[in-house]
Amino acid sequence: MNTVPQPEKKKEDTSGMKLSPDLLELLAKFQEIELQDFEMQLGDLELSFTPGVAGQVMPQLKLPPALKAKPTALLQVPFAPPIETYPGKIAEVRLGGTKSQGGTRGKSIMIGGEVSPAFYTFERPITHTPIVTLDVFDMEVPLSKAVKMHVKDVVGDPAAWAKLAVEKFGADMVTVHLISIDPLLKDAKPKDAVKTVENILQAVDVPLVIGGCGDAVKDADVFQAICESFPNERFLISSITRDMDVERCATFVKKNGHAALSFTPMDLNLARELNRRLYDFLGKEDIVMDLTTAALGYGLDYAFTNMERARLAGLMGDVELAHPMSSGTTNAWAAREAWLKMDAKWEPRELRGPLWEVTTALTLLLAGVDLFMMMHPAAVKTLKDVTKNLVNGGKVDASKFADWVSVKP
Amino acid sequence: MSKRASMKELSPIDIYKLLPKTNCKECGQENCMAFATKIVNREVNIDSCPPLLKKEHEKAYKQLKELLKPAVKEVVVGAGDKAAKLGGKLVMYRHEFTYTNPTAIAVDVTDEMPEAEIENRIKRTENFSYEYIGYTLKLDMIAVRSTSNDPEKFSAAVKKVAATTSLPLILCALNPNVLEAGVMAAPKARPLLYAATAENWRDMAELALMYSCPLVVSSPNDLSMLVSLTKTLLNYGVQDLVLDPGTFLNEGLADTINNFTMLRRAACKGGEELAGFPLMGVPMVAWANKGETADEIVKWREAYLAAMLIVRYADVLIMHGDDGWSLLPNAVLRQNIYTDPRKPVAVAPGLKVFGTPDENSPVFFTSNFALTYYTVASDLESSKLNAYLIVVETEGSAIDSGVAGRKLTAERVADAIKASGIETKVKHRKIIIPGKASRISGEIEELSGWKVQVGPRDSSEIPKYLIDKWQP
Repeated sequence: MNTVPQPEKKKEDTSGMKLSPDLLELLAKFQEIELQDFEMQLGDLELSFTPGVAGQVMPQLKLPPALKAKPTALLQVPFAPPIETYPGKIAEVRLGGTKSQGGTRGKSIMIGGEVSPAFYTFERPITHTPIVTLDVFDMEVPLSKAVKMHVKDVVGDPAAWAKLAVEKFGADMVTVHLISIDPLLKDAKPKDAVKTVENILQAVDVPLVIGGCGDAVKDADVFQAICESFPNERFLISSITRDMDVERCATFVKKNGHAALSFTPMDLNLARELNRRLYDFLGKEDIVMDLTTAALGYGLDYAFTNMERARLAGLMGDVELAHPMSSGTTNAWAAREAWLKMDAKWEPRELRGPLWEVTTALTLLLAGVDLFMMMHPAAVKTLKDVTKNLVNGGKVDASKFADWVSVKP
Repeated sequence: MSKRASMKELSPIDIYKLLPKTNCKECGQENCMAFATKIVNREVNIDSCPPLLKKEHEKAYKQLKELLKPAVKEVVVGAGDKAAKLGGKLVMYRHEFTYTNPTAIAVDVTDEMPEAEIENRIKRTENFSYEYIGYTLKLDMIAVRSTSNDPEKFSAAVKKVAATTSLPLILCALNPNVLEAGVMAAPKARPLLYAATAENWRDMAELALMYSCPLVVSSPNDLSMLVSLTKTLLNYGVQDLVLDPGTFLNEGLADTINNFTMLRRAACKGGEELAGFPLMGVPMVAWANKGETADEIVKWREAYLAAMLIVRYADVLIMHGDDGWSLLPNAVLRQNIYTDPRKPVAVAPGLKVFGTPDENSPVFFTSNFALTYYTVASDLESSKLNAYLIVVETEGSAIDSGVAGRKLTAERVADAIKASGIETKVKHRKIIIPGKASRISGEIEELSGWKVQVGPRDSSEIPKYLIDKWQP
């Protein structure tokens, strides 16, 4: 579940923009630059050397505590990688239904299935690469300036927004936030929401996350209409919460071949409890869990530790926590430091904001999150690049990076 | 590899057995068992037991020191009150205990920068300061790199830096002659020396011993060489070591994260002494081979690399980009990761003022759980409301769990209203309470004499709520 970003009150200014024409373009450009080999100048180190000879004032000589003979050659010791095995395995969940599976998606995406803690690739390779779903809203919502500059042409047109997210920003999936169904906002009818989803299904062929408005009753009505209208599209229904009619929701999710996002507020016992209730209707392979994402600076430490504990517990055999994890990383924008115009020394916020989202995302990536719900295209690009490198990285040629000491920036 | 007995869970009994058992209370605790419990929780130091320091208990004292030794050695860099303590970690995962000694962040200067630039970078580093939930976030160290490979230039630069700042220093030069020239230019600074490598270790060991400085061991992406060097240096007599397994970007990210993780796991879970030293990360490798890349992009990459290393066990980082926008997220992340996960974070109870409220302005209350408080405060601030907010002592519980656990009670709310002095500031007697505290609304009215209005369950809805429901 994502929090709608803080509203902008101040008049827009463009002062920060002079710094970089477009961060995305710059990021893209940087990717294309080949790293040149960099070699250490080892010759310099082979000079004969006697400490103190160069010296004016000699500091007092401190003798080592034990007067053993100093080694004259390197003492060789092998390092044994500390490899462990775990009794548990994280459930694998398929998202998106292809034609052969009764849906219309171009492909399915698997998440979860991990058998080691996050990115302990010295131990075992990653089973399924963590993925990113981009937020698309079905009506105009307040967006921070740093985000708005990238999506301003498509706000209000969810299908066009979804297309932009997939084709330009590289989203693996799209999250449709059905804000307009909120009884306190437009109170749009379930059939309007079905129409919105249908338009997005036409516009893109990636799997979808269906997001509600947070009203326990209205969400259930809308989710039911959508699940029944598009059976076997294998949507991720975001989300099922403790205050909803869990039996009813789980039943229409299961019956129509979708998956459920089990959402709880930062408490592993509540997460276990809700998952147990869902098990009466759904299989382990139908449940992704959202343990709540708090923004960097606003509780990220709780979110990180909760997720890290959940992942370790799942691997240690706690099946009620052995589900893939989703993170509403867009919540990073709830931190005022992400969007606020601050004192000049902290500017530009056009960079600070997306970096806030990236920092939140990477922290949780290392805790074990499998699915990121994100907002800013530069943050998405970075997360995807980092993930790709973490998953595919082979033995690096250290000499490319070794001599940072003499780098002249 | 050499191993010590693996770090098992210590119980107070393990400690108690070795104490003098005098129950003398000289340590300030009721008895030796209470003292042992505090020791296990790392709330007091064994040195605060006077009888234990006597000659007759020397053996027990040494055994206790060994028993309580952290999995990662604590290495002190610099001197005086700004000295940086690196490492000292007791555990691998922050939920197991608490991370000690937040990752020290160093900003670099070079011996080929003009003096004014050196001064400017040091000033920016020292002046970096951000107020965050009652903490002041700061940067910690200056790294001086020799890009000239010229002893005289390095000496002059270090001299300049040492005269300009009292922050602890990292001196970086792989040529021992150059490094020694730098050490001699700041003889009392106890800088961290970078670095002993497979090629120069003997000279660097001599330097570290001669000048009594901590030493970094560098072995890029070769952990067997890293522990071999570490063992060799320990046998040589150099005890204060910091390990640099290499920091690599792009295709090297996996190796970087793996190396840091393996070393920390070997130290904390495997009792591997050769891995039990602070780890150094160098996000500034992002500046190597920079080419035509825009500075903003390099700073961006450096910043996210730093974030990953803060999460994955780095005890000290060297950064080149010193912009506020790129350093602030990491300063906040470091504070977050290093908070004590056992303690709910709490803010001081009392009256908080938002905007310029008058006698007709609304009055809210919330819990003193920091996250709840800052969320509400942020919502009030960002919507530019004029309002009073009474922070009620809930022992750091959030609203819903506070009500359920009797930490947030009508008595406490009534007391907080009285103690806040709000009755002299507004002429109405209406308090808007969190939607999640609606269960105790009747009791609050009864005990405080104030009329209760049940507000929204989420503070983001406060502005709309005030428009719809607020009448003084």
